[in-house]
Amino acid sequence: MGKPETIIEKVWNKHVVHQEEGKPDLLYIDQHLIHEVTSPQAFEGLRLTNRKVRRPDLTYATMDHNVPTKNRHVVKDEISKKQMETLRQNCEDFGIKLADMFHPDQGIVHVIGPQLGLTQPGKTIVCGDSHTSTHGAFGALAFGIGTSEVEHVLATQTIWQEKPKTLNVKVEGNLGPGVTAKDLILAIIGKFGVRFGTGYVMEYTGEAIRKLSMEGRMTICNMSIEAGARAGLISPDQTTVDYLEGREYVPKGQEFEKAAAEWLNLATDEGATYDQTVIINADEIEPQVTWGTNPGMCVPVGGTTPILAEVDHKEDVKRALEYMGLEENQPITSIEIDHVFIGSCTNSRLSDLQKAASIIQGRKVKDNVKAIVVPGSFSVKLQAEELGLDKVFTEAGFEWRDSGCSMCLGMNDDIVPPGGRCASTSNRNFEGRQGNGARTHLVSPEMAAAAAIEGHFVDVRKMAGVLN
Amino acid sequence: MEAIQKHKGLVFPLDRSNIDTDQIIPKQFLKRIERTGFGQYLFFNWRFDDDGNQREDFALNQPQYKEASILIAGENFGCGSSREHAPWALTDFGFKVIIAPSFADIFYNNALKNGIIPIKMEEERLSKWMEDAQRSSLELSIDLKNQQITDEEGNVISFEIPEYHKEKLLNGWDDIALTLLQEDKILAYENSRI
Ligand code: SF4
Repeated sequence: MGKPETIIEKVWNKHVVHQEEGKPDLLYIDQHLIHEVTSPQAFEGLRLTNRKVRRPDLTYATMDHNVPTKNRHVVKDEISKKQMETLRQNCEDFGIKLADMFHPDQGIVHVIGPQLGLTQPGKTIVCGDSHTSTHGAFGALAFGIGTSEVEHVLATQTIWQEKPKTLNVKVEGNLGPGVTAKDLILAIIGKFGVRFGTGYVMEYTGEAIRKLSMEGRMTICNMSIEAGARAGLISPDQTTVDYLEGREYVPKGQEFEKAAAEWLNLATDEGATYDQTVIINADEIEPQVTWGTNPGMCVPVGGTTPILAEVDHKEDVKRALEYMGLEENQPITSIEIDHVFIGSCTNSRLSDLQKAASIIQGRKVKDNVKAIVVPGSFSVKLQAEELGLDKVFTEAGFEWRDSGCSMCLGMNDDIVPPGGRCASTSNRNFEGRQGNGARTHLVSPEMAAAAAIEGHFVDVRKMAGVLN
Repeated sequence: MEAIQKHKGLVFPLDRSNIDTDQIIPKQFLKRIERTGFGQYLFFNWRFDDDGNQREDFALNQPQYKEASILIAGENFGCGSSREHAPWALTDFGFKVIIAPSFADIFYNNALKNGIIPIKMEEERLSKWMEDAQRSSLELSIDLKNQQITDEEGNVISFEIPEYHKEKLLNGWDDIALTLLQEDKILAYENSRI
């Protein structure tokens, strides 16, 4: 046995095609995912230079950012329509598999990759989308790239990358009942800030992480970019293997056994060291709510907005409170919301919808609250309908939509109006993210469901019947 | 990509940290399928009010910054979405250099790919320039080859940029063409895994 290594080093070293002193490494890419918004200019570049897609078989496309989530057959916005049509044409011309708007495998790119088993431990995965970090939940090295890099990967199936520093995010203890993976990642970013991961690839370790389901792990890795890290991953274990078995693009039979053994071998070796380690205790974490305009601006639901005299970056805090229409030292539970969005690549998988539905069951959405559920993929939608979840949501007063990014970024009609306030299960509470002038509070699906019922934030653990 | 060796220009100071790419260019403008024409939407929600009128209180709308080509901003510039529309909007608007205490990783790469020079500089130095540019106007000269910035008082400050990125900016090299020089290695790698 050589020197103990982290999974980050193992995956990296397996993918180096070319190395030269003083230059980044040239890494091979195993899986390239593309969507309609960040790819058109890349294909245009290929055409202008007469280049081909090197490995169409390692490339997979879907439409998610722009797609309507109701009445799909009519895309009213001409420019959106053109963007989707462009993707269809590009995939046809270059021989790339596409799950278009009406395809049963359509969905948010970071939901369908794992669902189809395209995402596997040890792969290098890129996509023109910063939340590509999601796929790290499987022990893949997955990161977002810009459109020029999309073109580069299309043409060469490689990317130049500087070897990242490694950061161990160690989560000790266990999450309490009613406290979710979303609360954990928000608490991590709340504690260490929105930049602590810049220049690093993070690995999440510790007991609380091991106990998470794959869906919970995806929620965690998804928001690595919100901590500044391009990629965040979790060493594979039996939970990973069990999730992948039987999925469409995963090897079958004996091949699967072989693959599974290799996957488990990728886990970080005992005694491997990181460039940096941070530690957080899960026992102390409570359900979180963001109050400001970046994901680090978050507090436990029992807390208040900051007190200006007590903070460091006073101007930033003041501007954020102003944008959010909040006072300093305001109790979180006093904040009334008028929109609820359950969806996005952070929290739109089946278990997210199940957990939200369990809160909503038999209750009604508060008057004047507009609440929508947008399943992460067409397949999640179907599975949820088989379980009757759509009924639970619609009977409570939620709208039940088709899959897509939707109100996470409001590129289609699903927007929060100026001054509107939304409890959202997505990942970014930036100014204007959900609509110009919209105010976003990031929460878990359970907390969003509870807010929909009460019309303001509440500690979901205190709702009748939740903890037993 | 156009080669860039030296640049002299006017500074626009934007004293905010964590400026995310949603602020640099909001999502409603990401639907174009071309690389050009994004400048008009730069910092859209800050430059324009709900009715589409220019906001007086946003400095970039003031005539003194009209010709600005160097942006000075707070830490973690360009965080959030990977949209390359952000550097496209910045270059299209006329910015060639961005100076900040730190940049988000994806944005930093995206900027380099579009011939923008991203310069990391400690906050102390920046806050002086930030003040000067806010008070009146400030011109800086950037010499990429020698990695130096000269201000109006004649101070010469050096900056760091990875050699490899510098070479590419100086020569305006096409990344893909460079990579394809290694094509035999890519092929060998692929063959080794079958
Ligand atoms: S759901 Fe939101 S964060 Fe995720 S890919 Fe879509 S727009 Fe990006």
